[in-house]
Amino acid sequence: MRWLSLSLLEVDSLAVEFRTRRGIIRAVDNVSFSLNKGETLGLVGESGSGKSTLGHSLIRLVPYPGLIVGGHIKIGGKDILSCSEEEMRFIRGENITFVFQDPMTSLNPVKKIGAHLVELIRTHKPDISKEEAVKLAESALNDVGISPERIDDYPHQFSGGMRQRIMIALAIALNPDIVIADEPSTALDVIVQAKILDLLESLRDAHGMALILITHDISVVLERCEKLIVMYAGNFVEYADSLSLHKDPKHPYTQGLLRTVPNIELADQKLEGIPGSPPDLLDLPNGCRFWPRCPQVMSMCRKKEPPMIELGDGHSVRCFLYEGAKR
Amino acid sequence: MSVIVDVDHLKKYFPVQKSFFEKLFTRTTDYVKAVDDISFSVRKGEVFTLAGESGCGKTTTGMLLAMLLEPSDGRILFEGEDIAELKSEELRLLRRRIQIIFQDPYASLNPRMRIGEAVGHPLEIHGLAMGSAKTKKVLEMLEKVGLTPPERFVDLYPHQLSGGQRQRVAMARSIILGPEFIVADEPVSMLDVSLRTVLIDLMMDLRKELELTYLFITHDLAVAKYISDRIAIMYLGKIVELGNKEEVFSNPLHPYTEALLSAVPVPDPERNRKTIELKGDVPSAIHIPSGCRFHPRCPHVFARCSAEEPQLRGTKRNHQVACHLVRK
Repeated sequence: MRWLSLSLLEVDSLAVEFRTRRGIIRAVDNVSFSLNKGETLGLVGESGSGKSTLGHSLIRLVPYPGLIVGGHIKIGGKDILSCSEEEMRFIRGENITFVFQDPMTSLNPVKKIGAHLVELIRTHKPDISKEEAVKLAESALNDVGISPERIDDYPHQFSGGMRQRIMIALAIALNPDIVIADEPSTALDVIVQAKILDLLESLRDAHGMALILITHDISVVLERCEKLIVMYAGNFVEYADSLSLHKDPKHPYTQGLLRTVPNIELADQKLEGIPGSPPDLLDLPNGCRFWPRCPQVMSMCRKKEPPMIELGDGHSVRCFLYEGAKR
Repeated sequence: MSVIVDVDHLKKYFPVQKSFFEKLFTRTTDYVKAVDDISFSVRKGEVFTLAGESGCGKTTTGMLLAMLLEPSDGRILFEGEDIAELKSEELRLLRRRIQIIFQDPYASLNPRMRIGEAVGHPLEIHGLAMGSAKTKKVLEMLEKVGLTPPERFVDLYPHQLSGGQRQRVAMARSIILGPEFIVADEPVSMLDVSLRTVLIDLMMDLRKELELTYLFITHDLAVAKYISDRIAIMYLGKIVELGNKEEVFSNPLHPYTEALLSAVPVPDPERNRKTIELKGDVPSAIHIPSGCRFHPRCPHVFARCSAEEPQLRGTKRNHQVACHLVRK
């Protein structure tokens, strides 16, 4: 597929394993997707679904004992899995960046926020002067709605929402092509959360970046993203644009997920939970990983793992129910 | 419906710790006004929700009602009796009737206590059952909260259970004394989405079966809308709006409630977002703004707001609001 090479990010049959004493955990198993300029992709799943691990592997920062064991990640056509660690340091920040989950612990408490930014800028651009770096830092703060006068303040002088803005300033300071935000809003209250997500969207439009939102909250991604990936126990179970995913969810897990989320705009909503709980990744069921909780389970689901089935229009699903619909 | 809990001008101030030098040079003590004069009543059998952002005082209110904190001022009446005036023996009896479920099922269970011991512990403390009678009761409770077969769970330790199962254990522990009133402090917010609904449904089934009244504390307004009968919205230690769920959600009167509701994500890609922007952040609960405490952020602020604190007043049946904009 030649056209794929136009996209900003291409992930092809990526697999990540955690080699623990209790055994090997496949946290991300054979996933493929691509991302274009200006797009927002939502990665949604419950805890342990592998969504954060997938995010970390895109910048090659899977924490020990995690290991990328297969596949390719191409950013702008370049396979980052074959880059040296030195090259990778520059790809992070300039091509792809990450906004970490917890703004309370991700900033150095004894370092002024300006110093965080200036260090980042001067590491990546060693030939610019300190004054220029400070100017760039100020404009990054300005972009995220923090007054540049506060450049000499310490992290503890900011509220949670403001700290999250500083994290975003760090992520966009070098004008990257792709920003990954891992649960950018979970630690925050709804009002602050909405502001942070609005900010990420406006930066995406202003700088022409692509955005990947990782979250457990399907409401957030349905509202904000064009494309969605639903993950379950390390696998993609469904990949579609958000409109068709909302109107016509295919995978029984996605259907269940949509029936379990309360919608504040509906009166007298009837919600249904999904019985059971997500599997232990060390002890996965045979066949489809969702079958023990699936209301439409068939005998083959227990024997064989379903493949990702292409349904057309960019909608694909990992479920035997749609095998006939394959094209 | 009769009233089970009546809260009357309740306040809880926490003194701010000072360093030695500050103590030498200053005379005044600062207070965090976590709960600052709130009044409401919970009716028997209903789900009354306290909702608001972090720091609004909702959890402190829950702790006060569960008698885990003592109020700085004001009264809490349980079935008409002032709990501050009860003697220790009466208080001990009352504690059987009021229970609490905490947010974090990883922290609220003793890691070295088997499930059976943890659930049966309240019976021992209150001297209600021992030995086989206790075991029987524990098994019955585990069954009620859906941990079946209960025999499989009694000898397990908390780390062997998932988050959803632990929260069920916490629930079993809270109902074993046969309470009437349960404070549920964010009982589902630490759980995965696919488990929340199941647990909420369990709570609602238990309410019917055991005739419970819930004080439900949450920051998640979509969940609040799903389960509550009445809801109170808190901001910086005060109730700004209180009413029937349908009223508050379809016809919010306070500008803060309006902004809060507009910020809630809706699982629908076709909806047009209209978030009401609020200026700045929630101010500190030590230096509360004058007049209406929401006025520095309010989009409709006018002169009177910074001078005079609005009182919670009824606009119509079952709907009260504390805002100068709203007239009778």
